[in-house]
Amino acid sequence: MADAHASPNYWMIWLYLFLLTVVEIAVIYMPLAKIIIAILLVTLACYKAFLVAMYFMHLKFERRTLGIIALTPFVLCVFLILMLLPDIS
Amino acid sequence: MSEAAAVMHPAVEPAESPLTPESWGKLGMWVFLAGDAMSFGCLLVGYGLLRSASSNWPVPATTLGINLTALMTFLLICSSVTMVKGLEAVKNNQRGRAKMYLLLTALGGAGFRGLQAYEWTSLIHEGLKIYENPWGSSLFGTTFFVITGFHGMHVTGGVIYLLVMLSIVSKPSTALGLGWAYNVVEITGLYWHFVDLIWIMVFTFIYLL
Repeated sequence: MADAHASPNYWMIWLYLFLLTVVEIAVIYMPLAKIIIAILLVTLACYKAFLVAMYFMHLKFERRTLGIIALTPFVLCVFLILMLLPDIS
Repeated sequence: MSEAAAVMHPAVEPAESPLTPESWGKLGMWVFLAGDAMSFGCLLVGYGLLRSASSNWPVPATTLGINLTALMTFLLICSSVTMVKGLEAVKNNQRGRAKMYLLLTALGGAGFRGLQAYEWTSLIHEGLKIYENPWGSSLFGTTFFVITGFHGMHVTGGVIYLLVMLSIVSKPSTALGLGWAYNVVEITGLYWHFVDLIWIMVFTFIYLL
């Protein structure tokens, strides 16, 4: 049972992370609007962070309590950004 | 009598709640990492605020250069894989492999720091200081050094942490398999992957955006 979840294919995750990094670097040289580049980069970074947390940090196979703890700083950061938005003109 | 004993020693109470973790150490590390993520979150949000308020922020990708940083990113991703492989080896009772992978992970972190030292030195020679730089807003240098430095300190701490684990796993008296050693190496892994995760964010926000 322990083995059923303990061994995701780590080299596949490594490959994904590597390819996503290559895509990120390629994105900044693309002739796109700045805002689209920004959205793409943030999305790709969040997806990479998600992969690391889910597979390398085993969050996918843990109890929900740990997932909620892991999610807390992200929620707080979103609040922080929303609270600071009025200061950005 | 037994009731009184249970009150006096709540730790021996066998009852479990959904909040009782499988490993208190792991829970402790996650709580620490959530707090640490908040530190980085505040730094990055502050960076965004300062940058958006500035009219002469330099373009990071061209001023900082991203080739070397891409290599550093690659190194950290690789060291994350060697970390999970090391943990797998501890579980499978392969002491030699566990030692090799933990050493490779620590070397990856040390290599990252080496490249960062080289990067900082060349940028300082180009004129990027913590209080001024030739390209624009002085806060560009301040935020760069504070954020990459704070992350670098985490990497240094992680390398020391990994070397301690290496010495524990190397001792023939340490029992491998799914036991205490597996638990502590797994917790070390959580910290190490977190440092990798934060670098993914730093790389995106400080270098690419």
